Amino acid sequence: MNLLSIADLTVSFDTEAGTVRAVKGVSLTLAAGEILALCGESGSGKSVTAMSVPRLLPDGATLTGSVTLDGAELLGRPDRELRSLRGKEISVVFQEPMTSLNPSFTVGFQITEVLRRHERMSRRAARTRAVELLDLVGIPDAARRLGEYPHQLSGGLRQRVMIAIAVACDPRVLIADEPTTALDVTIQAGVLDVFRALRDRLGTAIVLITHDLGVVADIADRVAVMYAGRIVEQAGVDELFARPRHPYTRGLLDALPASARGGRLREIPGMVPPPYDDPDACPFAPRCGYADDACTAARPVLEPHGDGHLAACFHPSTVEAVDA
Amino acid sequence: MGWFLLRRAGAALIVVALASVVVFLGVRALPGDPAVVLAGENATPKVVEAIRHQYGLDQPLPVQYVDYLKQLVTGDLGTSTQDKLPVSGILAERIPVTLELAVLAMLVAIVIGVVAGTIAAARRGRFPDYVATGFGLVGLSVPHFWLGLLAILLFAVKLRILPASGYVPLTDDPVQNLRRMILPALVLGTGFAAILMRQTRSAMLGALSADYVRTARAKGLSGARVVGVHALRNSLTTVVTVLGLQLGGLISGAVVTEQIFVIPGFGKLTVDAVLTRNYPVIQAVVLVTVVGYIVVNLLVDVAYAALNPRIRLAGAADG
Amino acid sequence: MADVLTPARLAPAATGSGRTRRMWRRFRRRPMAMTGLVLVVLFLLLAVVGPVVFGDPTRIDFGHVLGAPSLSHLLGTDDLGRDQLTRIASGARVSLEAGVLSVALAMVVGVPIGLVAGFYRKHLDSVVMRAVDVVLAFPFLVFAVGLAAILGPSLRNVVLALGISQIPAVVRITRGEVLAVREQDFVAGAIADGATDRTILTRYVLPNATNALIVQATVAIPGAIIGEATLSFLGLGVQPPTPSWGVMLTGAQQFLSQAPWLAVWPGVMIAATTLGFNLLGDGLRDVIDPRSAR
Repeated sequence: MNLLSIADLTVSFDTEAGTVRAVKGVSLTLAAGEILALCGESGSGKSVTAMSVPRLLPDGATLTGSVTLDGAELLGRPDRELRSLRGKEISVVFQEPMTSLNPSFTVGFQITEVLRRHERMSRRAARTRAVELLDLVGIPDAARRLGEYPHQLSGGLRQRVMIAIAVACDPRVLIADEPTTALDVTIQAGVLDVFRALRDRLGTAIVLITHDLGVVADIADRVAVMYAGRIVEQAGVDELFARPRHPYTRGLLDALPASARGGRLREIPGMVPPPYDDPDACPFAPRCGYADDACTAARPVLEPHGDGHLAACFHPSTVEAVDA
Repeated sequence: MGWFLLRRAGAALIVVALASVVVFLGVRALPGDPAVVLAGENATPKVVEAIRHQYGLDQPLPVQYVDYLKQLVTGDLGTSTQDKLPVSGILAERIPVTLELAVLAMLVAIVIGVVAGTIAAARRGRFPDYVATGFGLVGLSVPHFWLGLLAILLFAVKLRILPASGYVPLTDDPVQNLRRMILPALVLGTGFAAILMRQTRSAMLGALSADYVRTARAKGLSGARVVGVHALRNSLTTVVTVLGLQLGGLISGAVVTEQIFVIPGFGKLTVDAVLTRNYPVIQAVVLVTVVGYIVVNLLVDVAYAALNPRIRLAGAADG
Repeated sequence: MADVLTPARLAPAATGSGRTRRMWRRFRRRPMAMTGLVLVVLFLLLAVVGPVVFGDPTRIDFGHVLGAPSLSHLLGTDDLGRDQLTRIASGARVSLEAGVLSVALAMVVGVPIGLVAGFYRKHLDSVVMRAVDVVLAFPFLVFAVGLAAILGPSLRNVVLALGISQIPAVVRITRGEVLAVREQDFVAGAIADGATDRTILTRYVLPNATNALIVQATVAIPGAIIGEATLSFLGLGVQPPTPSWGVMLTGAQQFLSQAPWLAVWPGVMIAATTLGFNLLGDGLRDVIDPRSAR
């Protein structure tokens, strides 16, 4: 049974330069206790897709398709109803730990606020719970930290406070947008441990937005790779690393330092196509070494390649990845 | 925080000292013989000489300045040439009147300005925003004294629901006092409300696009709480800063407003003193204004520090 | 989109008709800014041409005392039977003089001080900025009132008082721009190439400060116009019978119940002129520095 299901989701924004379609028909499912990694370059639509679930999108976003939690449709529900889900059933860890906490309020206020909102806790009970939460995310001397302001904490501690806020009400779905990007490696590992513990303890489903394939390999069960607003490849994490079908995924894997040849990081040449136009062709073709006439004549759709592996490519690679 | 305030207080003292020199020299730079001026128009040469000696004007300037400072320290601000009363007593009578007007006007400005600015930012690009922005532009463009005339024209001459002018002390009759202060406070407050509205709107737009506001929304908080607690709290430093910057304008506005509504406050005293060339009063009024202005700016700094944990806690280690 | 991303103010010695034309195109698309421009142009026309067309604003006609607006006197007449429209036209010129001359005075004095203070930071900066603080410590009107007391009320002294009170703002803005421009690569390059201080100041720093100063002028001119009207209203500025808008409102105050129209039009003129400059200034700011657009 899928906990979260996204079907044929499109998201568009009205801007001065015209309508931008950031997400163009994405379908995803997530079971309880599953960790899904959403990968892709910035602008690929991975954050917009994920933020469509709690509908934390900028003004002027138009959504079509379907987003269901436990079978209940979320799209089209009034904001008031979504508010009771946000921070409770569905919570979010944002990627900017330095700026995502409010500089004018203490850490304690910002944690207890969400407890008092959703769990109707008393001030005292919320405080006790906040200390537990800070312990849970590995912040030493938790009771003292509650009285401190964000500027008194390091980036790593701030990110853990963000996580404490996100997990405070035992969410069923946690969306983590680049939660480890700003952190150094040791802290990174600690943050991932917190996620794992949460999943094991409560069966929380986690959507991890990242372009760090090292993190993906470390923690994810399944991976969806996005490019220009669509999913181009999806598979179990071991399968994907072992047999990437889409040339774009291959490119991403090659960009991993661990598999870099000659000690240098290989980048994928070219740029993500602008979101304004959407030609009936493979959007990756201009950057793809395998592209031919077929790729510019029609857009490939996601097709199964066995073992739950999906890829949208006319020339899917069949070769095993060299040393993933 | 201790150090921060100490530094600010030190800087303020220097400015006060320099300002006192400017005021002192300014009065001595008056065209003509100050003794003649101080004595009044129809004084005999003998009286002028007596005045010259009495005020120490036959002494060299530095000596005069030190005497002047000595007098200041003992609270002696001289004697009004108009009614021969001590200037300090006149000030003690007039300043509370202006303070009441200023406080009421500030309340009007804060209530209208902050509320309208917050709503405008939260409803950016929609009807409430256009109304508030329009009000802001018009409010900036209309001079106090004309607004005052229009208010008298409408409420006192046409509708006859409020008195056009006059003053009743708060302690004598609070109701009559308020009836007479409503129009002046509204007139004085509206212009500042416009300025405050624009600055609040701008600060709120910045705050509303901040990451921490997104976090607040992700917590499932209501729109009112996101805007009114998370965003507004971070915009308050701007509001306080603007209030501080507008203080000079408030004093200037009080001068005009008191003139129109015939309120016997500090501002009217200033204008009357200039029109009657009452130099001891002018000198005192300017000095008091400067000191008051600096003191309130210092208070603004304190409020600023209190609102911003970064500044509030910065000195915790060394003080 | 491209010129939004590359702030024009950072370009070295930003000139050229192409850039001006581009800014004008952006400006033209903004209805508020265009409204402001129209109001300002109308005000300038009235101030320059008005007194010539309408004639002597001090002509007394006891046959038409406190006359309501009519065909022969479109805006009515005052207590001495003087035509209000004629007086408003002359008042526009007084306002223009007060606004432009005082701002010019502030610029002529303030810009060099700001340039020098910002450029030779170490030695002069703190002294100048402390002095600026002292001047700013005097609320503008109290300052002007004090000056009027010393010098006596007249248009020239109003200009002096308004001008001097605006110097600190000009110094601050100029200094700020200098500090920003100094850090730019092309200035560092010019210094490395052995350019003299004078060349750097006039060729690079000043042109880049111009935009900010133009915007400041659109804020300062209406401020000065209101300042003149206020001082004149209080009897500390332009003296009757010269028809300043402020002087006209002082007169109107005594006849609010008999001749309310006298209190309306000079105020409308002040408000419309100020509004025009404010809208123009907002529009210019948006066009010159798109990052500040809110």
